[in-house]
Amino acid sequence: MAHVKLTSVRKSFGSVEIIMGVDIEIDSGEFVVFVGPSGCGKSTLLRMIAGLEDITSGTIEIGGRVVNDLPPKDRSIAMVFQSYAIFPHMSVRENVGFGLTIKGVDKAEKEKKVLEAARILQMENLLDRRPSQLSGGQRQRVAIGRAIVRDPSVFLFDEPLSNLDAALRLDMRMEIGKLHQSLGASMIYVTHDQIEAMTLADRIVVLKDGQVMQTGTPMELFHNPDNLFVAGFIGAPRMNFFEVDAAPVGNGAYRIGAPDVAETVVTAKKPLPEGERAILGIRPQHLSLIDDAGAASADQGVLTGKVALVERLGTETIVNLSLPSGAVLIAALDGDNPVAMGSAVTLAYARTDAHLFAKE
Amino acid sequence: MAEISSRNRGLRLFARYLVLALVAVVFMFPLVFMVVSSFKPDGQLLADTSSFRAFLPVGDISLDNYRAAFERAPIGQFMFNSVMITMVTVTLSIGICSLAGFSFVFLDWSGRGVILSIVLATLIIPFETIAVPLLLVVSRLPWVGLDGVEWGWLNTYRVQIVPWIVDALTIFLFVQYFKDLPRELIEAARVEGASWLQVYARIVMPLSGPVLATAAILKSLKMYNEQYLWPLIVVQDEAHRPIMVGLGYFFQLNVAWGELMAYLTLISVPVLAFYLFMQRAFIASIASTGVKG
Repeated sequence: MAHVKLTSVRKSFGSVEIIMGVDIEIDSGEFVVFVGPSGCGKSTLLRMIAGLEDITSGTIEIGGRVVNDLPPKDRSIAMVFQSYAIFPHMSVRENVGFGLTIKGVDKAEKEKKVLEAARILQMENLLDRRPSQLSGGQRQRVAIGRAIVRDPSVFLFDEPLSNLDAALRLDMRMEIGKLHQSLGASMIYVTHDQIEAMTLADRIVVLKDGQVMQTGTPMELFHNPDNLFVAGFIGAPRMNFFEVDAAPVGNGAYRIGAPDVAETVVTAKKPLPEGERAILGIRPQHLSLIDDAGAASADQGVLTGKVALVERLGTETIVNLSLPSGAVLIAALDGDNPVAMGSAVTLAYARTDAHLFAKE
Repeated sequence: MAEISSRNRGLRLFARYLVLALVAVVFMFPLVFMVVSSFKPDGQLLADTSSFRAFLPVGDISLDNYRAAFERAPIGQFMFNSVMITMVTVTLSIGICSLAGFSFVFLDWSGRGVILSIVLATLIIPFETIAVPLLLVVSRLPWVGLDGVEWGWLNTYRVQIVPWIVDALTIFLFVQYFKDLPRELIEAARVEGASWLQVYARIVMPLSGPVLATAAILKSLKMYNEQYLWPLIVVQDEAHRPIMVGLGYFFQLNVAWGELMAYLTLISVPVLAFYLFMQRAFIASIASTGVKG
């Protein structure tokens, strides 16, 4: 277990800046997920922590020691790669024990550690196989096993589940979660999949264009996104956005209105720039069906539209609504909701659940 | 309908094999001529060249040419020299050129792109242009042996080995192959604590079977078949001569054609055996590099 601290970390390739001054602190034993769209710099940042990429400026500390100029092997880290990166010419046993062989650990001690890792990952029966005889999930276990045996202070995962099919991804996700609980090690995990991020992380770091957009627990990011990007990136289905007129009414509250949105008062987390239009965000899960606008309570906002598409997923029903302006609204209703295609419906949301952002 | 298409396929296959067989026969002619002629006396050999008999083992057939060839030239010594020079050169060449390729691809040092370009540029320089300067260099090089320091490498094995160890083509083959190895394997080994030399020995080389076979085949054929001009210049001593220089023994005053054919047949045996042993790798290597052996 070790504390990891990134201070003003920057990375440039020539004149192109990839990482633009990132500050992150990861506590001992914490599971932190870097999430963001392709090209946001999350993998580069992880590789910089691993020592596989130089940093242009700033400092990286692992366990209180600045590791900027240390090679990967001296950083007390282990890394699991997207492509597994297990050595095709070695058996599973040799792969898992590779780091110990390099370190010169004696044979009996190495065998003990390899068997222990194999037991944790339930792959004792695979030890004498070659990687070509393994499935994708088994290969990923071998890669994780190789990381475990060295007992590193920090585990780094670079999109480890991206090459697996959906069912296997779910299983492995749960296994990685369990592994974190049993090992209690610090883990940094990179993914573009926000569901992986939400389910695994103690804390999520959302990145965009080489900058940290927001850091927080999964539920903090879900309920209190700092900006439009985080609001849109976290949560599925995606948050609904409407451009609205917003007039301040005091105490950070604004009277809003738009062709599709009935006039109401919503509080913004941050003051909005004066005289500019704002963006109202409502999560699909925060919408519920009501009989008509008159049935809404005083602390609810109202939207009306026509059902354009109904997707029944069992646990929930995803409804696409066509609003009067032609815009589309998505609502996640309960699984047994009888809403029918083509019907005109009225939806309500709690004003406290609505988000108001400055237009970017 | 299905019958017609299956018949068409059969015809196409037949035509293809016919063409391949004809090409094979054309390529086999010189080889058959060489072997058949090696059993004939010179008079008959020359008389037969005007007819198809040149390719048939007919007439006065004997092993006399082989006997005479062995008397005329120390064939065993020449073959030993060639095989030894080839094996040592190929082994050292693979070791050193693969290390060079590894450095060009995986190590981060400034100027490597420029230096690789310069190395590759040497491919276009014909050996004949550097033969004389190289002779001057090797004739003055020191060598530390059991008897102390000697000066000049002429009339030795090492003068036929060392200048051929490093060559741009072999380095190029390794560079191209290493570039295609998954980068993450190298990074994983580094993270696991392997030094660069361990990455080379434990990860890269065990995964380089195809390029090792290609490099070994191309280099062996070059060393065994094409070492003529350089040994002719630097080796006057019979004990160190390779097989190709031995050809000269059969061209004195009157060319002894039958003996020459016997000699050629004998020295082709190791190459043919090597080819048959490595046939699959040989074809794959030609296909993958597009380089003629």
